Amino acid sequence: MSFVLYLINGISLGSVYAIIALGYTMVYGIAKMLNFAHGDVIMIGSYVSFITFSQMGVNPIVSVVMSMVVCTLLGVVIERVAYKPLRKATSPLAVLITAIGVSYFLQNAALLIFGANPVSFTSVVTLSPLKLAGGDLVISGTTIVTIVLCLIIMGCLMIFIKKTKAGQAMLAVSEDKDAAQLMGINVNATIALTFAIGSGLAAIAGVLLCSAYPTLTPYTGSMPGIKAFTAAVFGGIGSIPGALIGGILLGVIEILGRAYISSQLSDAIVFAVLIVVLLVKPSGILGKPMREKV
Amino acid sequence: MFKKNLKKNNVFVTYAIVVVAYIVVEALLLTGNMSSLMQGLLVPLCTYSLCAVGLNLCVGYLGELSLGHAGFMCIGAFSSAFFSVVMQDAITNSIVRFIIALIIGTAFAALFGFLIAIPVLRLNGDYLAIVTLAFGEIIKNVVNVLYIGYDSTGWHISISSQQALGLAEDGTMVINGAQGITGTPHDSSFTIGVILIIIALIIVHNLTNSRTGRAVMSIRDNQIAAESVGINVKKYKLLAFTISAAIAGSAGVLYAHNLSTLTALPKNFGYNMSIMILVFVVLGGIGNFRGSVIAACILTLLPELLRGLSDYRMLIYAIVLIAMMLFNWAPAAIVWRQKLKAKFKKTGEEA
Amino acid sequence: MKKKVLSLMLIASMTAGLLAGCASSSSDSSSSDSASSDSAEAVDGEVFKIGGIGPVTGAAAIYGTAVRNAEQIAVDEINENGGINGYQVALQFEDDEHDAEKSVNAYNSLKDWGMQILAGTVTTTPCIAVADKTAEDGIFQITPSASSTDVIKNDNVFQVCFTDPNQGTASAQYIAEKGLGTKIAVIYDSSDVYSSGIYAKFKTEAEAQGLEIVSETAFTADSNTDFSVQLQSAKDAGADLLFLPFYYQQAAIVLKQANDMGYEPTFFGVDGMDGILTLENFDTSLAEGVMLLTPFAADATDDLTTAFVSKYTELYGETPNQFAADAYDAIYIIKAAAEAAGIDPTMSAADIGTALKEAMVSVTYDGLTGTGMKWEATGEVNKDPKGVVIQDGVYVSID
Repeated sequence: MSFVLYLINGISLGSVYAIIALGYTMVYGIAKMLNFAHGDVIMIGSYVSFITFSQMGVNPIVSVVMSMVVCTLLGVVIERVAYKPLRKATSPLAVLITAIGVSYFLQNAALLIFGANPVSFTSVVTLSPLKLAGGDLVISGTTIVTIVLCLIIMGCLMIFIKKTKAGQAMLAVSEDKDAAQLMGINVNATIALTFAIGSGLAAIAGVLLCSAYPTLTPYTGSMPGIKAFTAAVFGGIGSIPGALIGGILLGVIEILGRAYISSQLSDAIVFAVLIVVLLVKPSGILGKPMREKV
Repeated sequence: MFKKNLKKNNVFVTYAIVVVAYIVVEALLLTGNMSSLMQGLLVPLCTYSLCAVGLNLCVGYLGELSLGHAGFMCIGAFSSAFFSVVMQDAITNSIVRFIIALIIGTAFAALFGFLIAIPVLRLNGDYLAIVTLAFGEIIKNVVNVLYIGYDSTGWHISISSQQALGLAEDGTMVINGAQGITGTPHDSSFTIGVILIIIALIIVHNLTNSRTGRAVMSIRDNQIAAESVGINVKKYKLLAFTISAAIAGSAGVLYAHNLSTLTALPKNFGYNMSIMILVFVVLGGIGNFRGSVIAACILTLLPELLRGLSDYRMLIYAIVLIAMMLFNWAPAAIVWRQKLKAKFKKTGEEA
Repeated sequence: MKKKVLSLMLIASMTAGLLAGCASSSSDSSSSDSASSDSAEAVDGEVFKIGGIGPVTGAAAIYGTAVRNAEQIAVDEINENGGINGYQVALQFEDDEHDAEKSVNAYNSLKDWGMQILAGTVTTTPCIAVADKTAEDGIFQITPSASSTDVIKNDNVFQVCFTDPNQGTASAQYIAEKGLGTKIAVIYDSSDVYSSGIYAKFKTEAEAQGLEIVSETAFTADSNTDFSVQLQSAKDAGADLLFLPFYYQQAAIVLKQANDMGYEPTFFGVDGMDGILTLENFDTSLAEGVMLLTPFAADATDDLTTAFVSKYTELYGETPNQFAADAYDAIYIIKAAAEAAGIDPTMSAADIGTALKEAMVSVTYDGLTGTGMKWEATGEVNKDPKGVVIQDGVYVSID
């Protein structure tokens, strides 16, 4: 019985990782960059939602939408100011370092604006928990909403990429920027659009993260961010279903490792499993194998 | 760019800069013209410069991105501090003790670097980066639950809790889990730090200028071509990664012997630190060791010099970091800089 | 090209660094932290220079900020009321990001400013590193909240808060004496010095007291958002009391998750739990019945506490936590010791250190965090922890 419970808890935690990982994997797929600031965009989104929903009493849906708008704008601005000038830099590491700078900037700006004291986030999900097996198995409303939303977003994204012109443009840019440009695709606009979508998703992820684990501080985003990134790599970075699978697996491994092996070493266990998976499948579970060009 | 760096005279310029900086600092120290803050920063500057040189060997010459170098630093720091604390009374000469500690710390870091490199180097690009990050986090996590103590009956070791050691009344804890090691002797000094930097620079310069170095660079530039001309890719990759880890380990030794307390926090040995070292390397120029040292110094000094800004300190730091990156790396900025330089040359000639 | 630019930057930064180094003693005091600008002009020999160190950025910023705010309130009050021994007091607070190395930098920076007394550092690990430096320089140090026994191994360092072993032992004794629970579960932060320190002593003492510990689980700084496994383990083991030796940010999540899973043991916290009721937007009904040992309660009705709390709330827009209270006390304890020692600001930092160190053992101080506080020569404080239980969103004394 307790195994099933742990499994459910693992899926809850994993679903939050998965929804964060979606943002990472999208941006990585198109811009080929590890956006270290993604976790901090999540934090900003959570604060926007906290202020509008918990403090000003705005309708939860409206509050999430407002938070998405803010994050989308933020994502586009960050891309324009900090990443775009470096897109043609001689090393892809340059933009990675700038992303770290942006991450520091967002954390410290939030510290100045919102203060160091944590706040308690009210869950925007009012769905009552699902009780199974005579009340022994409880699945919280947040978990259900997170998983359902994760699936919906994943489906929408895949349809968007397959069926729309902008989506096809994204695919083309991710394959070959220069060739896409030659085909008349506006690469800059496509990348900006990717950041916009990724950051909008970050807002949803932030709200769900804080609904599940309600303490919010200026540093809330960084650790889930890095774990979600790990999840994205786990599932095969650049792959949208991979992010979901990677996220859920990471959550389940973390919880089961903590429950059955050692609660002190749960981080080490997660990372150890990651290493083993990558050694067996060097580009993640659903990742495309990298071709070596001669 | 890379070839230019290899020229002999350039190498000596690097040594000259380090030596001159050392002499200037010593002169200021002797005449009492240096603030306590600067004096306290001397060893950290050496620590981070060393780390950056070590990582640059991996990133710049091997061409592999490692996000786990803080883990090697952690191993170097803990193994050497462990030795120094245990032998504090047995070896009273701090120089001798430090040299042995340094050898131990570096050797342990090299050993782990070697062991980790065997599986890791089978991967490529960002997957390799994330696996090194994973190893770094595992090292930090394990060190945090490591309990080692000794009593009259011998050594005790546990990875669960202090009680599990079952130490007798007369027992002494050496590594106490999250509380780490306390009471490490202050054996680091600026002189030692500078000597270590020079040794590290000599090693990396010789390595990159040797047959081995050219082999490593050929791997970076085109692995398949390198393999096809009969270069043992695996061997050279392992060698470069191990040396890189060893240098990071020696930086850890320096770090551990500068503070009386050593704990493995996310801040000092987590992925944040690995990334910080990477920032030094990239800002200073990938493959440019002198740049690494300079960038490490600038970015370590910057937050300290910004102390007057109080609350805005770290915010300004972040902005300066972004600005420096854009200035150094953005193609548009490089063109602008070249124009500016050409202009200066012109006016200089006219005058 | 790049190298040249970098070389230029090096030269520029070195020059800037050295200039800043040379000029720091004069420039820092004038352009110093805004916190000290409103107090007396910091001229050597005319004011007491008290330094503070703590994290005001980074994940531990909440503790450092609270200490900085409260120390400023105390210093301003003292200055309004005529200062210490007739001299005004200047306070400078430096950030250490909860990092030992940065903390030593902060200390050195304060030394350049001319600090004579140190009221810090806030967190344990940096404090151990700094305590070594103050011992070298003979500077008197009182830490508001660094609670490990390693902090006070030098004779110039004193604590305002309880030591970790003291808290762990006191908690176990309290639980045993009051018969609060028989089967005990512990959740602790294995990556945190404070939490693992209390847990170690608690376990030893609980066994001595005949309490049965049925479940012990840990979490780390990297995975401190989900406690479902730890709670489930406690629940499965049938624990009727859950001991939570960590800070309230995590405790708030533990309480919520326990509530979600319908697990209702007695929750017992330590002083780090204080602050949970003032956590913005927190549903205090979740904390109903939580017990904790704390030296400070923000809603106590004595004059000292109400005056401090209202002043703090007015200035900083939030309710002070126990860190703030410890820091406020720290400054007044320095005052008490300084008056007992009869020091004046013309003395060197080392002489002040020696005088204060000797005076400390004779000081008895009534403050926010305890009455009749006395100090051993070791630096440890003698005060009794107060047991409180949360009822209807407020602390009620158990005794």
